[in-house]
Amino acid sequence: MSLLSVSDLSVRFGARTVVSGVSFDVEPGECIGIVGESGSGKSVTARALLGLAGRRASVSASTLRFDGTEIQDATPRQLRSLRGREIGYVSQGALVALDPLRPVRREISDSLRLHTSSTPAQRRARVLELLAEVGVPDPALRAGQRPDELSGGLRQRAVIASAIALRPRLLIADEPTTALDSTVQAGILDLLDRLRGEGTALVLISHDLAVVSRLASRVLVMNAGQIVESGPTARVLGEPQHPYTRRLIAAVPTDRPRGTRLTPAAPPENSAPFGNSGTPVADDPETAVSTPDATATPEFPKSPAPVVTASHLSRRFGGTLAVDDVSFVLEPGRTLGVVGESGSGKTTVARLVLALDRPDTGDVRVLGEPWTTATERERRALRPRIGAIYQDALSSFDPRMTVGRIVADALTHGRSTRADAEVLALLQRVGLDASVATRRPQHLSGGQQQRVAIARAIAAKPDVIVCDEPVSSLDVSVQAQVLDLLDELQRDLGLSYLFITHDLGVVRHVSDDVLVMQRGRIVESGPTEAVFANPREQYTRALFASAPRIAVWRGSSERS
Amino acid sequence: MRAREVVALVVIAFLALAALAPSVLAPGDPLAIAPLDAFQPPSFRHFFGTDESGRDIYTRVIHGTGASLLIGIAATAIGLGLAIVFGLLAGFGPRWLDFGTTRFLEVLFAFPGLLFALLFIVVYGPGVVTSTIAVGLSTAPGYARIIRSRVIQVRTSPYLEAAVVLGRGRTTRIVRHVLPNVAGSLFVLATLGIGQSIVWASSLSYLGLGAVPPAAEWGAMLSAGRTYIASFWWMTFFPGLFIVLSAAATTLLGRAVQQRGRES
Repeated sequence: MSLLSVSDLSVRFGARTVVSGVSFDVEPGECIGIVGESGSGKSVTARALLGLAGRRASVSASTLRFDGTEIQDATPRQLRSLRGREIGYVSQGALVALDPLRPVRREISDSLRLHTSSTPAQRRARVLELLAEVGVPDPALRAGQRPDELSGGLRQRAVIASAIALRPRLLIADEPTTALDSTVQAGILDLLDRLRGEGTALVLISHDLAVVSRLASRVLVMNAGQIVESGPTARVLGEPQHPYTRRLIAAVPTDRPRGTRLTPAAPPENSAPFGNSGTPVADDPETAVSTPDATATPEFPKSPAPVVTASHLSRRFGGTLAVDDVSFVLEPGRTLGVVGESGSGKTTVARLVLALDRPDTGDVRVLGEPWTTATERERRALRPRIGAIYQDALSSFDPRMTVGRIVADALTHGRSTRADAEVLALLQRVGLDASVATRRPQHLSGGQQQRVAIARAIAAKPDVIVCDEPVSSLDVSVQAQVLDLLDELQRDLGLSYLFITHDLGVVRHVSDDVLVMQRGRIVESGPTEAVFANPREQYTRALFASAPRIAVWRGSSERS
Repeated sequence: MRAREVVALVVIAFLALAALAPSVLAPGDPLAIAPLDAFQPPSFRHFFGTDESGRDIYTRVIHGTGASLLIGIAATAIGLGLAIVFGLLAGFGPRWLDFGTTRFLEVLFAFPGLLFALLFIVVYGPGVVTSTIAVGLSTAPGYARIIRSRVIQVRTSPYLEAAVVLGRGRTTRIVRHVLPNVAGSLFVLATLGIGQSIVWASSLSYLGLGAVPPAAEWGAMLSAGRTYIASFWWMTFFPGLFIVLSAAATTLLGRAVQQRGRES
């Protein structure tokens, strides 16, 4: 008999059905993955299993059975004991799941105190054991620290330690590694896999196909509250049957050569993002996947000078060198990827290139002109040639302005906020409907906001755009559309990109050349394919090895 | 729009009418005395009763609206005006200027608001003008602090940085982005502040430091009625009611505007 058995689960909030007809079983020692984009209902499903869907939610299912007990019939008291003892839950945003005022020891020993009879000394010892078990170095020191003294990875480990304190037979992990660096992520996934190997059943929820493919033996793909496809991981990800699954997989940039489209041609993002609208997807992605619709490197009349030349940049904040002797050259029409984990100094490099910050030593030249050494007044003439887009597009817009004004302002160099025809042309260029011109960015979706930011960046006809994590907070299908748009614009307008990201898949897909940064230094650089195929440095190799990829994808793509 | 916001708007409309055209609502003379009618309780002839000289309190309250509101608005304007200067200096200026201004404001802050107003009046003598300035001065430090932090918040926001990247000069950035975004919160501050200023100005008049009897001003009327509060409650009740109404209505409206700004 299955440990957890769910059939025909539905969750409604008022008149809105967010999950319907979800059925699956989990065996002991098995990991099943639930993948889907934001709004697909995957987190609500997990919370419904625990009776945590919220007071406004009405949950119904024909079966919702844990180890032979019907969860729906359980009293709140039974449910509570089930949650603490039998089912562990690692919630989304575990980084904020810890009480900032309590040392992690207290957090972990809570479940021991509530659900077992033990002496404080026993609990204390058990907490240290647990912390050691989840791979926290120096548990005795860490147990006494508060969450803000711990790094993201350590906090996540502490949350997992508290979830497994009572050896639950089922662990539900909702996006356990989102927002963690890839090397840290790899450690957490190893930990979860070890627990699974010891017999814990695991329900792993993630938007990241690669994460799921690494652990799960079976996958459920959710879209608009329904399971559109399910089965063994290798089958679902290797030979996806449902069009939505195919598009989702096609949208992952990892291992996709530069210049290949990630979405079917003519992306209809503004009318119906296929993530949460629930419209069935009819296009056949195979054609789009296998046809690079242009050659990888477009030929443009090369201007003699490189667009950006950085030489020996260093920048110190307090006692730490955020950027340490960084030099690079960005040629016209090319993309230079800068990749590294958080704290590696990549964003500081972006700010130095944009002259938002001054280097302590070294300088940047833009189009052969002095840039760092110039005054802001002198730079202003050159500013339109170098644009920027950011991770959080919304906060880069004046909250009082409509989309139309934002773009018009950029078009007219701030002289006017009216230039209707051109504004509409630009919005169309980035794949936005004319009707968004009168709306405010805060009412648009994340992908649309980033498109507005791109429209603003290209309005002044720049030579180079500095892209600082432009797709990091977007769903994979929307991310694919934005990456395709950037690629298309590069071809059409001959743009150069300085593309900063922590995502190895993205950087490999978009860049011609790549810089790998660690603690402010460039540890390795060169043509992207060469660096990825044959990383020379120890750190680069470790970084690449830690990046999860869809294990089964590659083999099957070669077959098709 | 919620019911209480509608009520607040109606009250403000009524007060505005009373301030601009008092004779429409109360055709009589607020200063006309009729000793034989002294201390009449509220009735159809005298809605709010009469005072010790037989003056009609309703007429006086209505005619006093203009003076009371004007003092409140003028004081807020003075307070905000000074605060804008200090707030912008501190928010935009070089570090030493910010430091100096902030320390200066902190010194002013050390005095309780009304005490500061009293000090000012002690030096410059009582009267409507000085009490208005005094109230304005004593509210300025609070506003200035809010404006400064708002300026700094906008100035260091990602969208201002985006404007730098687009090549906008300092002036353009201030005029196009900082001031409009600060102005939004100023409007809220102003509406919230008027109610407070009316109360303070009336308090000063009550203490005999602002408008002086027999002028028809709410605070002064309160002061005059104080002697008779045990026997003739209406002399203090109605001017007090108007002070409460006007302060409550403007504050409610300010809160509504503030909330709307947050939601959009």
